[in-house]
Amino acid sequence: MDTRRKLLFAAPFFAAVASGAGFYTILRRMQDEKYDPHALPSPLIGHKPPAFTLPGINNQAGFSNTDLLAPARPMLVNWFASWCVPCVEEAPMLGALAKSGLPIWGIAYQDTPGAVATYLQEYGNPFTRLANDASGLTAINWGFYGVPETYLIDRQGIVRWRWAGALDADVVAQNLTPLLNRYS
Amino acid sequence: MIPELGHFALALAVALAFAQGVIGIFAPGLRDARAMRAAPALALSHFLAIGAAFLALIYAGVVSDFTVENVADFSSSMVPLIYRISGTWGNHDGSMVLWCFILSLCGATVASFGGNLPASLRARVVGVLGLVSGGFLLFTLTVSDPFTRLWPPPLDGAGVNPILQDPGLAFHPPVLYTGYVGFSVAFAFAIAALIEGRLDAAWGRWVRPWALLSWCFLTSGIALGSWWSYYTLGWGGYWFWDPVENAALLPWLSGTALLHCAIVVEKREALKAWTVLLAIATFSFSLSGTFLVRSGILNSVHEFAAAPDQGLFILVLLGITIGGSLVLFALRAPALAAAGIFAPISRESALVLNNIFLSSIAAVVFTGTLYPPFANLLFGIQLSVGAPFFNQTVLPLTAPLILAMAIGPLLPWKRAALRPALERIWLAFAVALVVLLVMTLKSNAITALGLAGGVWVILSALSDIAERARLFRGPASNSIGRLQALPRAAYGAAFGHIGFGVMVMGIAGMTLASQKVVVLQPGQTTQLGGYGWTLNDVHDAPGPNFSQRVADITVSDDGKPFLNLHPSRRFFTVQKVITNDAAIHTNGFQDLYAVFADEPAAGGAELRLNRHPLAPEIWFGGLIMAFGGLLSLSDRRLRVGAPARKAAKAQNATA
Repeated sequence: MDTRRKLLFAAPFFAAVASGAGFYTILRRMQDEKYDPHALPSPLIGHKPPAFTLPGINNQAGFSNTDLLAPARPMLVNWFASWCVPCVEEAPMLGALAKSGLPIWGIAYQDTPGAVATYLQEYGNPFTRLANDASGLTAINWGFYGVPETYLIDRQGIVRWRWAGALDADVVAQNLTPLLNRYS
Repeated sequence: MIPELGHFALALAVALAFAQGVIGIFAPGLRDARAMRAAPALALSHFLAIGAAFLALIYAGVVSDFTVENVADFSSSMVPLIYRISGTWGNHDGSMVLWCFILSLCGATVASFGGNLPASLRARVVGVLGLVSGGFLLFTLTVSDPFTRLWPPPLDGAGVNPILQDPGLAFHPPVLYTGYVGFSVAFAFAIAALIEGRLDAAWGRWVRPWALLSWCFLTSGIALGSWWSYYTLGWGGYWFWDPVENAALLPWLSGTALLHCAIVVEKREALKAWTVLLAIATFSFSLSGTFLVRSGILNSVHEFAAAPDQGLFILVLLGITIGGSLVLFALRAPALAAAGIFAPISRESALVLNNIFLSSIAAVVFTGTLYPPFANLLFGIQLSVGAPFFNQTVLPLTAPLILAMAIGPLLPWKRAALRPALERIWLAFAVALVVLLVMTLKSNAITALGLAGGVWVILSALSDIAERARLFRGPASNSIGRLQALPRAAYGAAFGHIGFGVMVMGIAGMTLASQKVVVLQPGQTTQLGGYGWTLNDVHDAPGPNFSQRVADITVSDDGKPFLNLHPSRRFFTVQKVITNDAAIHTNGFQDLYAVFADEPAAGGAELRLNRHPLAPEIWFGGLIMAFGGLLSLSDRRLRVGAPARKAAKAQNATA
């Protein structure tokens, strides 16, 4: 029996040992409260959004990461989809925020222009600008969890906050408003 | 008193399981025939002991004995009887007892029905099962004891989680666990073969029915769970790529690969080491799936709460079981030489291809599920991997799998030509192509690809059966005779593939779902999916341990009402929880789905309305797959039992 064959057959064992050691360390760190698997902070927080250029919808211009570099005031980027039920639930809240003067830029996730247009007509269009991530690839780069998802970007173009799920009055009052006050 | 007896039975089971393990594994080496016979007897008594413990726990739940902490925490006297029973395995400690019970059942079955196995192999298989069972029983007894007493008892229990009060979920865990744990037998056979250092066609024939049976249970268990989340959670989705779902998918993928590969061992004595590795991997995935979820490492919606010290105990157990078996594999498997050789185009190669795709999908799912905690450990970053990743990586691997799975069964063993096989399924190819083109124009490419893939798999399985029976190529009586003469395994395989095709079509159909959320006042109508949905009224209705508000909806087609739906909002008084009970109407090819989401202060009802084309096919396909597995299990060559090893050897010599 040659050594290569022996090594090949031992590979599963070494893979298992490596993952076992990994799990052991993770468990220890959980006990020491250094790691919380339930926390869902975005990898983007404290950073600028990764490079992307997305087309708009219905012959309007889309936007790219360079447009987010230095907004005049803090703004939200909201990921949504016409097929997403919680998006409909948060639509009135987004409308109210937009009315209060907060710029909200929307990115439609894995959607078709026609469906987006119908959706915005039916549930209101709170978006200052609109882009379309039809392939969903930009979403992956953003560390996207699922629609709807909302990011707060400050005047330096840095992501300060991410909310996965529908925005409701509680979230806005407890999380968003204090941050808006801090960064404006 | 009864809980103490249960506790004692559990302790007895630990001792019996370890005795079974040690005697079973070492007796054959010592050539002690009496000890070898003792192992199966120990397996039976071990099964009886856990059975007694399990019954004691169920009894405590049924009579609502709140001095048992487990019952006080997870049951209530107001809960209907069936959920007081199912509540016993709806929590971490109780589910451990169920898990061990099923494992001991597997050991007892091998002990009772393994009469045709060589005595040494049977003792070793039973021994391996005993050791595994002993470890997990020890865990149950020491750090997750379900019989802990509580004094003074509360007046009433905290109740069963309302979401779990559902017939679908009452039976989902036992079915799924039977699937998970059943693979322990294939695992034990693999370990026994490694210890003995021999693995032949007869081994493949012994292992396959076990793998097949567990696979049927796992398939039904996953389908049941998916169906449950579809109709109770009211999200209208059927698969969320949640870590717990992935944990069930991984053993399914490697178990499916194992099923296909064991055929090659049985028929051609090739791919031996790979089959052994798959048997080890499948059970390891089952173990890790059941237990990593409990350790809290993975961020999931349906995990059991468990303390980190339990997590460490489990990790040590997993390390011994998985690590030990892989060491044995590294030492012994290189000596397993393949007897049969095969050409690049042959049934064997097609099965290798199937294994490559299934393993790749498993690798992708595995990586995606474990990447977040490991990325945090290695690079210190927090991230989440969700549905977008899985959808984009699994799809490109499933497409070639679908393409190949239609052709594989048509190829003969050893050496084959592609052309005659392809000629037999030209019709399936033509129909699939038409579906692809038509649906691409009518909807989108992904949906069209899914539907065409489903049609392709279903039709080629059917045309294979038709071809074998020479249907339409001679007198009908002749064909019927041939159909009857076909082995059940052939039908089983065909149904397995057809079921997969049906499921793929269901998944593709779901991409065309239409849905909307509306607030309707009584009397108002809205349009969705070509139907008019009218809210008639909202009224109160009583329930056993909840009160509910019911919305009465009439669905009409072109003004003609044809259906009433009654979605409700249930208020569980004990837990102060509201659940939305969806109303689903299915005609077998589409679901009309209504959820009563909220009652706005302004009056009326907020409704989520959905039309899901082909949604029933997702679960229907799963059932057809499981049915195919059972059909294959009833095949004569498995039913009659494997011939003795010598006979199998002689056959191979003459073949």
